[in-house]
Amino acid sequence: MQREDAAQLHQFVLHAALDIVQDLAWTTSAMFLKAIDRFNDLVVSVYVTAGHTRFMLLHDSRNEDGIKSFFQEVHELYIKILLNPLYLPGSRITSSHFDTKVRALARKYL
Amino acid sequence: MPPAAPRSGDAIFASVERVNAELFTLTYGAIVRQLLTDLEEVEEVNKQLDQMGYNIGIRLIDEFLAKSNVSRCVDFKETAEMIAKVGFKMFLGVTASVMNWDADGTCCSIVLEDNPLVDFVELPDTCQGLYYCNILSGVIRGALEMVAMKTEVTWIRDMLRGDDAYELQVKLLKQVPEEYPYKDDE
Repeated sequence: MQREDAAQLHQFVLHAALDIVQDLAWTTSAMFLKAIDRFNDLVVSVYVTAGHTRFMLLHDSRNEDGIKSFFQEVHELYIKILLNPLYLPGSRITSSHFDTKVRALARKYL
Repeated sequence: MPPAAPRSGDAIFASVERVNAELFTLTYGAIVRQLLTDLEEVEEVNKQLDQMGYNIGIRLIDEFLAKSNVSRCVDFKETAEMIAKVGFKMFLGVTASVMNWDADGTCCSIVLEDNPLVDFVELPDTCQGLYYCNILSGVIRGALEMVAMKTEVTWIRDMLRGDDAYELQVKLLKQVPEEYPYKDDE
């Protein structure tokens, strides 16, 4: 029960932070917006792409440079997904290849 | 003037005007995506791609023969080699290889190690039966029909479906002799 609650809580925190990102994205021209929201000991960091696609990470550590590099590499992978003509932008990314790569990057940088 | 010697695929590829590879890939992707939206049925899309390829092939053959200066091919084996080494190199910039000849010499496989049409493409679950590069099979079929060979071209291996290369099977059905359009006694 604990784990299920935790997962739902994480999802809730991330979604709640979406509105904050919307406003913040227009105030800066940088892509990496650092920690934008806090909840207990969890921090939400966000990276916004040129097309206003938001990469959000919920974490508890403070490794800011690592997170920045992680987001940059995920951005490159995301661009490759976008180049797939059969992918509808905005829809769920179902590629297992993308999934494996992102997890590998997570292990490397986080 | 003595006839010019046949030029190699590399030489012709170096001399023709080229287009940006990403533009080409994205344009083809847009065509496939639009076909999927319009026709919805994957089988219909496959057929339409083949038909489009056929229409391209019947016109492409003239450009191929004009640019490459090849002489008449002696048999189907030479034809297949021409397609793989000169044709694919000239138009797509990739070299294909011919293998798996059957006993009669009428059926072979053309294998492509890489394919510029499918860069970055991944088939989603809704399009599992799609032959994404089906336009290529139509092109070969159309081109060969214009030089008096009726063929059947099918995909054996497709990298988008998990195989390790692209393999097309080209089967010669029959050689159609050229028909003289006017009757002698008229």
